[in-house]
Amino acid sequence: MSDILRLDHVSYAYPGGRPVLRDVSLAVTAGRSIGLVGQSGSGKSTILKLLLGLMRPQTGDVLFDGARLDLSDRQMMRTYRKSVQAVFQDPYASLDPRQKVQAIVSEPLRALGIGGDRRAMVVAALRSVGLDGDILDRYPAAFSGGQRQRIAIARAIVAGPRVVLADEAVSALDLTTKVRVVDLFRDLARKTTLLFVSHDLGVVASLCDEIVILEGGRIVETGPTRAVLAAPAHAYTQQLLASVPRLPDFLAGASSP
Amino acid sequence: MSLLKVRDLSVAARGRNLVDSVSFTLDAGERLGIIGESGSGKSLTATAIIGLLPPGLSATGSVLLDGHEVIGAREGELTALRGAVAATVFQDPLTALDPLMRVGRQIGEVWERTERRAGRPHGKGDTRAAVFSLMDEVSLPEPERIAGAFPHEISGGQRQRVAIAMALACRPKLLIADEPTTALDVTTQKETLALLARLVADHGMTLLFISHDLPVVAGIVDRVVVMRTGVVVEEGPVRQVFATPTHAYTRELLVAAERFDRALGAA
Amino acid sequence: MTAVVASAPRRGASWTWRIGLALVGLHVVVGLLTLVWTPYDPGAMTGGRLSPPSLAHWAGTDRLGRDVLTEVMIGSRIALQVGIGAVSIGAAIGITIGIIAAFATRWRDDALAATLDILIAFPTLLIAMLVVAASEQASLGTAILALGIALSAVVARLTRILAKRVIQTDYVTAARVSGSSWLAIVREHVLPNIWPTLSVNLALQFGLAVIAEASLSYLGLGAPPPNASWGRLLQEAQGTVYSAPFGAIVPGLALVSLTIGVNLFADGLRDLADPLRRGRG
Repeated sequence: MSDILRLDHVSYAYPGGRPVLRDVSLAVTAGRSIGLVGQSGSGKSTILKLLLGLMRPQTGDVLFDGARLDLSDRQMMRTYRKSVQAVFQDPYASLDPRQKVQAIVSEPLRALGIGGDRRAMVVAALRSVGLDGDILDRYPAAFSGGQRQRIAIARAIVAGPRVVLADEAVSALDLTTKVRVVDLFRDLARKTTLLFVSHDLGVVASLCDEIVILEGGRIVETGPTRAVLAAPAHAYTQQLLASVPRLPDFLAGASSP
Repeated sequence: MSLLKVRDLSVAARGRNLVDSVSFTLDAGERLGIIGESGSGKSLTATAIIGLLPPGLSATGSVLLDGHEVIGAREGELTALRGAVAATVFQDPLTALDPLMRVGRQIGEVWERTERRAGRPHGKGDTRAAVFSLMDEVSLPEPERIAGAFPHEISGGQRQRVAIAMALACRPKLLIADEPTTALDVTTQKETLALLARLVADHGMTLLFISHDLPVVAGIVDRVVVMRTGVVVEEGPVRQVFATPTHAYTRELLVAAERFDRALGAA
Repeated sequence: MTAVVASAPRRGASWTWRIGLALVGLHVVVGLLTLVWTPYDPGAMTGGRLSPPSLAHWAGTDRLGRDVLTEVMIGSRIALQVGIGAVSIGAAIGITIGIIAAFATRWRDDALAATLDILIAFPTLLIAMLVVAASEQASLGTAILALGIALSAVVARLTRILAKRVIQTDYVTAARVSGSSWLAIVREHVLPNIWPTLSVNLALQFGLAVIAEASLSYLGLGAPPPNASWGRLLQEAQGTVYSAPFGAIVPGLALVSLTIGVNLFADGLRDLADPLRRGRG
């Protein structure tokens, strides 16, 4: 078992603001998909920004394959970018409206100078997310939210990353679309390691091996998803679980074909 | 007598029907949910009911709200209907509130308008008392502080409670809630739903609850209408629709919702 | 899977930009024509002084007996040279500064923004006059450089605001996470996304530059004869405007038609500059 990414006693506060992360430690282990659950203000997006190398922690370290991540080390960052890719929440905002699908999906290949038949790599990435290879010359406006999110996932996997970080990546999708995209992430989690940030316990429960519960910038509970949900130890986890609206009992099994 | 009677309601934009021949009725005291995904026309249906369609959209058919026809009515008649008969709580309380006015004042204005229309004389002190009583009804803590705050100075859940208090100040017969908890955290959502359910029961209000979230809808209404691409695909009591869905789309929604529900284990 | 074809909103794009295009096109054709042919030799005394329009001199002659139409046609070429030159210089400097400011750290950006605001507070003409005054001799090149520098502050400020908006989008964050360099982000995301709005502004700046150069020439700070601009023609015709009004009216109309043309054309440019609005959405 090796930790690809680690947060080691990380704290963070925005200038002049109260701390958003307090002594957070967590590990992303190869092959174990991990769900980061918290409500607004829990610090989950800050953790993500740190893991994406978009900012530095004020105290503590972000470790990549055991080495301290240095944002100014070009060689290291290149390896890091190749290894760690991301999918964002809003598929309408995360695709450049003025780029064609080909340019969008091939961006990591261009940026990282990955050679070879880029077009074939883009088509392969699109196919693996259930999209046809003949959409290369179209703009994002031609696609629905679910299709856009598939394009965004294709971009994240085209360079063959070891970890995919997903930021509320299904929250903006309709329920029926959400199910399909969650299935896609589940397939993805078999090939790479997935860190899935979400406020939606149901989605994380159906997708992640491990769960991390955040509250007010602290990790309050962590463990295997099933175990934590079956017997939440922390009062906050219990409250969170009890707040999730549930389907009525009379439904049970009724809709199964 | 039914409080709301929608017959063959269509909403069109540039010759295309976004809502297509929607019909349903809502009896006084009933709680009806409209379930739908984006593009289903659920929110447009709600806006057409109160005659607030944005420019460029036109409604045809009939909407009888407390016996008054909404489609084709003059703005003056509609203004009287909105508030007195129907009040709406929207998804995003931040855009529904005036950012430059203290929230106590916003609740007070609605209350004063309602009193004026009813022809009841009132003084400054009456408004103040009414605002605090409304804030108490929606369980807003520290009424003094929150009444004096601007919308951005309070939490999302508190803002939605302010919006609910404003709706309540109209003493409406029909409360339309359009995705009222979608923007809220799950713990706040639970409290807000409980509040809405209590207020509807206490005041004998009729509820039209619009949402994409099946478990949320199931928990608060008696009857549901399922919409897809502007058309009603299924309608009936919650128990019936959820336990024995007849339309393939309803089944698809339920299968999807069940997936995430089951993953959480036993409730 | 069915693709949802989004209909791109078409706003502002009415037929009026075609009139603009026609007016600008007329000046371009005339300006190019003067390179090979003019009714008379520029600067040549061709007839009686201050003669009214006739078959020989469609727009009459000026106080030295030169053909007004010839001078005005050459003025078209000068005006286009000024517009294209000044806007090119202004865009090159302005876009560069604007992008640097947009990407700069907080205090550097603040300093640049404040500097630009101060520069913009000075009238374009005043800055241009100072630049011309600082140079040895008034020439067309100096005037173009001066106007380019003067309008670069406006371009820089607009670019900075537009670029900042683009930099904050999720797709730029996605580009950073993809490993794209700042330069790649500017080339692939920032420039294509600010260009539709920026190009409209540059077209308006073109019109302003033409007017500003006319003003400089009017003040005697522009290009010397024989390559006289409309501003100098106006100034020369000033003394005889009552006896021979055509000497002022024709260059005046030329100036107005080009600036109106450019402004009308700018409305349609937004659509032409944007791949999303061109043809299929």
